[in-house]
Amino acid sequence: MTGTTQDDYTDRYARRVRGMTASEIRALFSVASRPEVVSLAGGSPYIAALPLDAVGEMLGRLASEQGAVSLQYGIGQGMPDLRERICEVMSLSGIDGASPDDVVVTVGGQQALDLLARLFLDPGDVVLAEAPTYVGALGVFQAAQAQVRHVAMDADGLVPAALEEAIAQVGGRAKFLYTIPTYQNPAGVTLSESRREEILDICQRAGLLVVEDDPYGMLSFEGDAPLPLRARRRDGVFYVSTFSKTFAPGLRVGWVLAPHAVREKLVMASEAAILCPSAFAQAAVTQYLSTMPWREQIKTYREIYRERRDALLLALGDLMPAGTTWTHPQGGLFVWATLPDGLDSKAMMPRAIAARVAYVPGTGFYADGTGRRNMRLNFSFSDPARLREGVRRLAGVMEQELAMRAVFGPGPESRGRRRGPAAADAPGPDLA
Amino acid sequence: MIKPMRGTRDESFPGSAGSAQPTVPAMSTAPVVAGPATTAPSYSVPPDDLTVVVLAGGLSYERDVSLRSGRRVLDALRGAGVTASMRDADATLLPYLRDDPPSAVVIALHGATGEDGSLRGVLDLSGIPYVGCDARASRLAWDKPSAKSMLRDRDIPTPDWVALPHDRFSELGAVAVLDRIVDRLGLPLMVKPAQGGSGLGAAVVRDASALPAAMVGCFAYDSTALVERFVPGMDVAVSIVDLGDGPQALPPVEIVPRDGVYDYAARYTAGLTTWHTPARLAPEVAARVADVGLAAHHALGLRDLSRVDLIVDEAGFPHVLGLNVSPGMTETSLLPLAVQAAGWDFGKMLVTLVGRAAARGAE
Repeated sequence: MTGTTQDDYTDRYARRVRGMTASEIRALFSVASRPEVVSLAGGSPYIAALPLDAVGEMLGRLASEQGAVSLQYGIGQGMPDLRERICEVMSLSGIDGASPDDVVVTVGGQQALDLLARLFLDPGDVVLAEAPTYVGALGVFQAAQAQVRHVAMDADGLVPAALEEAIAQVGGRAKFLYTIPTYQNPAGVTLSESRREEILDICQRAGLLVVEDDPYGMLSFEGDAPLPLRARRRDGVFYVSTFSKTFAPGLRVGWVLAPHAVREKLVMASEAAILCPSAFAQAAVTQYLSTMPWREQIKTYREIYRERRDALLLALGDLMPAGTTWTHPQGGLFVWATLPDGLDSKAMMPRAIAARVAYVPGTGFYADGTGRRNMRLNFSFSDPARLREGVRRLAGVMEQELAMRAVFGPGPESRGRRRGPAAADAPGPDLA
Repeated sequence: MIKPMRGTRDESFPGSAGSAQPTVPAMSTAPVVAGPATTAPSYSVPPDDLTVVVLAGGLSYERDVSLRSGRRVLDALRGAGVTASMRDADATLLPYLRDDPPSAVVIALHGATGEDGSLRGVLDLSGIPYVGCDARASRLAWDKPSAKSMLRDRDIPTPDWVALPHDRFSELGAVAVLDRIVDRLGLPLMVKPAQGGSGLGAAVVRDASALPAAMVGCFAYDSTALVERFVPGMDVAVSIVDLGDGPQALPPVEIVPRDGVYDYAARYTAGLTTWHTPARLAPEVAARVADVGLAAHHALGLRDLSRVDLIVDEAGFPHVLGLNVSPGMTETSLLPLAVQAAGWDFGKMLVTLVGRAAARGAE
């Protein structure tokens, strides 16, 4: 009898499927979904703060009163009503005069990234992205068989000199800069006012397109966020956002704002992929924006998240071992921590799970497997007391790991290339 | 030549030495290898009112694997016409079992909850019968150093080892202890958590300089490490199932990971490992493997089903690496592959095991 690999299709997969393997870190996140574990690993908004009864009534009426439209196919570009509402939302962020014609509704911001990758990336092309960057974007670029060149950040966001150096290095192979300039995921930093113009100038000089991902801009804790890049330049900037953080990620409604010529191709690419975004979900968002106090709801979120951020930062200051540093986000959902020298956030994961606390190892946010000294901590989902308990557990884990390193010496600087994609080191989207 | 040692959990270097060569137990009886050509399975027909709860999930590192095992067992039981449901081992479990006691429980939990014997003890207290060995045997098999000591006592070959809690390294100095380990056991070495499965925290160490990092990786999963002499050879798993007429060894499964290492990804990504059923062994070697597997199952007092992991060295002698009292039941797990190779029906086998457990409960 010959052997079996339990996969009869092994030799037939496309090249981009290579590296899609089971991951022990992914498996550990399975435990993090149990209530005993304080999860600082997710990226979920605190949906319990929504007026769920009122939303429920609204959704019921959508089916009973508007079902002939809301349960039917829609058009590829997305419902005109919703696109108008989206332009109103963008004007609140400072993007004025955008035309609903130039908006394409997508299945979350994620599909917008996928469509842009389909339009602009050939295999081997280079994408410049912050170091670290959003794990879901890394997945999109990997599927497009593009390479990601990370660009350094500091407390003021992308470092202009580092961007120039990266452009010089990769030359014409770079197709665009992918950036989350405001309350960045995972680092929690914001590109400063003065650097925004500088970064845009550098990209313009180099002929580099900019994909601006702005899911968190409305979740500011201290005054308004700086104006988006798209509010400063129309040309060469594609603006991506979503209702996942301001309303409901379960509806999967996002959008991309693009110049006319590109928008046409985005629609065709989207139709090829999904025919049209969910009409029901679009109708739900439209109705929510038209009939419910959504601006007040965002204020509520800001207050809840600010309190939680403060609690997390206070707990980190009180409890973390010496040598640990972290960012101080002015908005968004995440804090990025850097561990004392010699610690390895990925190797430490099982110990953390045993101590009933979870985080995302920094390696999930780099295409090249670096980030072992970092971790992403989420503060949007857990209340202040639970956040503090999570940090207390995490500090204990780090003390144990430091003791271990003291006995056996520091681990090797880098364990070489990762086997799977970055997503193998990050949880699935459902982890709270 | 390395002087083989007997390792125990807390004594690092006891003076007693085992036999110089791995020994194979005398074959007093012919090994029983189930397969299409040998033994026909004796399934029992379930009573109409048989109800089963499959336990899966838990808080162990293998939660994800357990959920996959549980779903597969659930499907197979339902496919065989049994009323079955799946539950996590959480705070709602015991009230649920009390209010609606099933005929028997199938434990598809991997890791400490399912395998360290504690849950079985609680089920015993609750008067709920379950498939598999009792709490004491489970505890013994779960702790690899204890299991190895037991095997060595019965002259069942297992690679030389030492088991050390991390405290010992901080007390005595890591460098000194690691040097002694390498001196006595030689290289390469296998480092793994004393308790745990799925290859998590395990590493082959070929160079002494890589040993400290391997120890740190191992101690992230468990406070005690098992360091074992690495035996080159063929990785083989023997599944043991008792349908009522005594434990039988199913055809051995040979494991050939594509990248040479049977780690987590290789275990649970279809396509990364080739499994040969039956293993490509000469008949007399296959018989020896089955015999050693059965001997190990008996030595630890296991019941109903188990999986024995072995290495067959270049001379054709098997060495037992460990025993599993809650073997994986996923699409890429070894016991279901062996069941298939034997020409058995997975669902009927499970139903028979459940029926046996339920009958024990009724005694």
